[in-house]
Amino acid sequence: MTRLPAQLWIGAVLSIVLLAAALISFLWTPYDVTALNIADKLKAPSAEYLLGTDHFGRDLLSMLMEGGRISIAVAVLAVGIGMGIGVPLGLMAAANRGGWLDEIIMRGNDLIFAFPSLVIAILITATFGPSATNAIIAIGIFNIPVFARVARGGALTIWTREFIMAARVAGKGKARISVEHILPNIANLLIVQGTIQFSLGILAEAGLSYVGLGAQPPTPSWGRMLADAQTMIYSTPRLAIAPGLAIVVMVLGLNLMGDGLRDLLDPRIRRARE
Amino acid sequence: MLRYLITRALSLGASLIVASLVIFAMIEVIPGDPASFMLGLNASPDTVAALRDDLGLNGSVTTRYVNWVGGLLVGDFGTSYTYRVPVSELILERLQVSLPLALFALILSTLIAIPVGLVAAARRGQMTDYTIMGATQMGIAVPNFWFAMLLVLVFAVQLRWFSAGGFPGWDNGIGPAVKALTLPAIALALPQASILARVMRSSLLDVLHQDYMRTARAKGLSVAQATRRHALRNAMIPVLTIIGLQFSFLLAGAIIIENVFFLPGLGRLIFQAITQRDLVVVESVVMLLVFAVILVTFLVDVAYAVVDPRLRRPA
Repeated sequence: MTRLPAQLWIGAVLSIVLLAAALISFLWTPYDVTALNIADKLKAPSAEYLLGTDHFGRDLLSMLMEGGRISIAVAVLAVGIGMGIGVPLGLMAAANRGGWLDEIIMRGNDLIFAFPSLVIAILITATFGPSATNAIIAIGIFNIPVFARVARGGALTIWTREFIMAARVAGKGKARISVEHILPNIANLLIVQGTIQFSLGILAEAGLSYVGLGAQPPTPSWGRMLADAQTMIYSTPRLAIAPGLAIVVMVLGLNLMGDGLRDLLDPRIRRARE
Repeated sequence: MLRYLITRALSLGASLIVASLVIFAMIEVIPGDPASFMLGLNASPDTVAALRDDLGLNGSVTTRYVNWVGGLLVGDFGTSYTYRVPVSELILERLQVSLPLALFALILSTLIAIPVGLVAAARRGQMTDYTIMGATQMGIAVPNFWFAMLLVLVFAVQLRWFSAGGFPGWDNGIGPAVKALTLPAIALALPQASILARVMRSSLLDVLHQDYMRTARAKGLSVAQATRRHALRNAMIPVLTIIGLQFSFLLAGAIIIENVFFLPGLGRLIFQAITQRDLVVVESVVMLLVFAVILVTFLVDVAYAVVDPRLRRPA
């Protein structure tokens, strides 16, 4: 057993700090973000307001803490939807490569994939109006074909290996081979893709909220805060910079953690490094 | 190869039909009566009836679907309720901004990512590799529209090299138009290039460990020769997937970025249409976007088969 990779630690610390801040906001924030305090509007950072206040006099730090909840929740749930449905589909498709099942799954995938999360969100919003739930559904649906494709693509190359041939000769069925031999061999691909989709989920939520298709006021989310800040970017760039940095740190942390995990989980890579 | 192409083309057609059914159902069937939805709660029954007539909503669902698709096939996208002009005109006008923007970003990102990924893989474990990987980590983590806001802050507000937004149109020469699209394209390309460079690097490293690479070295090829002749071609498969995947991100991203720079593209059109409940525009623009992505996926599949002959024949 080698020691844990440094990037795993750095990434875990970055993302856990923001996750913790979001969780703490359920119990406590420095100020109440629903209360408007116009007298204190656009205050610069000080001991009283660590990151200053916005144009309604709301404490920016408190808003960042609460905003993180929606952003993180949307991304987590969306990855869950994508992985839970996409990976089994991808494995099934690869196991039946060239068959009708493969064809149906992959065409179904292409079809969903033809609807970028933004487009799904647009369709849902045009009919049901915008909300954070719609953002989860939109991003989650979009994640399905991504995981299915990665799982299938990875599985296809594994299926051509000799040890799979050996397993088949030994009489193992497709499903058993997929679970016992294929899945462990594509786990690193899935983890890497999982972190990419997680970060993309945070980014997609931000994008959707920024154009008004995600979390609705007064619910703060990092993307919403950026949208509100845009009109004041010339006078008070701080309002746009803080939520943006929160997103960057969260996504960076998750990605570093994912990379670290990959190094830890894939003995092939570890051996190659040593 | 021909058989492969024909089956792919058939499924392309099938995908388009299913996609159009989904979009039609979401926009015209699920909301109930589109006419009263578009006019809002305060509309008088007469106005609603007139609009129903206008939109041809009095026929059966099947007739309406057939009419809509039939129209799309001959370039008739219906008439915008708010703009009172054919939707096809609106789309053509807006595409002149959105399409060049997405292509500009795609080219930028590919041109940056492939060499950068190659260098990182070649210098694996060295300072160059760590620097590149660190930079791409940052590139992935930055939301493109936020990066766009920062670009505006630095290059438009502080340095005044570019204007903060707007589009002069192609009539005033290519120069000003390209200049107006430069900051948006850079903002769009940054995260995509970062992802692509990482995929390029890891894919190449994966391939370099394969047995056939050892064989190639054993028969006397240098590392560079073996990489060029055997590794690159195999490493390109995941890279092609990602480029294909990225096209839809670029289209979607372009829609958001257009809002930062006030570019009169498809994105602005669709958001205005949503606020004004102009369902005819939403329906057709969404169908067009979906068509574009389906077509690109088809092209990627074909490109796959060209790069990797093994994928052409059935298992």
